[in-house]
Amino acid sequence: MKYIFDLHQTMLDHSLILVYEGEFTQEITKSVLAMAERNMDSSGEESSIKRKVFNVMVECLQNIVKHADDVEENHSAIFMIGKHENEYLIVSGNPILKGDIDGLNKKLENINSLDKDGLKALYKDIIKNTQISDKGGAGLGFVDMARKSGRPLEFDFIDMDDKYSFFCLKTSISRA
Amino acid sequence: MEILNLEGTEDTPKIILDKGNGIFEISGRSLPEDSAEFYQPVLDWIDEYSKDPNDSTDFMIKLEYFNTASSKLILDVLSALEDIDGMTIIWYFHEDDEDMEEAGEEFSELVEIPFEFKTY
Repeated sequence: MKYIFDLHQTMLDHSLILVYEGEFTQEITKSVLAMAERNMDSSGEESSIKRKVFNVMVECLQNIVKHADDVEENHSAIFMIGKHENEYLIVSGNPILKGDIDGLNKKLENINSLDKDGLKALYKDIIKNTQISDKGGAGLGFVDMARKSGRPLEFDFIDMDDKYSFFCLKTSISRA
Repeated sequence: MEILNLEGTEDTPKIILDKGNGIFEISGRSLPEDSAEFYQPVLDWIDEYSKDPNDSTDFMIKLEYFNTASSKLILDVLSALEDIDGMTIIWYFHEDDEDMEEAGEEFSELVEIPFEFKTY
């Protein structure tokens, strides 16, 4: 039974107010959003910060939902929110095909290299020139997350097996 | 012309498009799973309206949140409204919501329609 305490302790150590592990759907997304919103409401969080956290959560969760089918066997992913004195951390991890790493890496590196005006220009360029994908995405999610955050997006790819890697993404929203 | 009236839900906005009463409104939250499917009836309605529009149209957009997939469709809606004479977009944002104000400004830069900004 020790893992129960260990998990509890890990959550406390990382100031995690919410962790969800499993399948991701639009219904789950709505539930997770509602829980996080309630948590921020009950702690009296400022509405401008609440809105930014909510926005980043939506993009992060819907990314996972849209790309879950890229992975054949195990779609299970993780989503969590850390609440620290000076910031919220919106963190996700999901399996992706190894072949998708280069594209993601390039996209995220590019976003992280841009300043506020650069991100705005990229956003406007994408919204004008791209069509909604078959998966329903506009290709704007990461750009929007970076804009709401105002800081670089932290990411990593952890080897799982020959075919898949675990894509970890962390976005912070300042509470200052 | 038929009225398009959709109740808002936790992930879709309330929509009223009523030519007779001069009410044109999208409000609430827009984060549907399939934004293209959700906004298709709106685009169809505007297409029909554009054939015989009122002399002037105040189109009110008062969104609390929208996801990026919706933002693409909102631009499609605005583009569809662009060619209608007498069109004005009334863009509402909460008084402390700079992101929503900026979003409205960006949309106004992407289409040739006058925008009026109002806070609530």
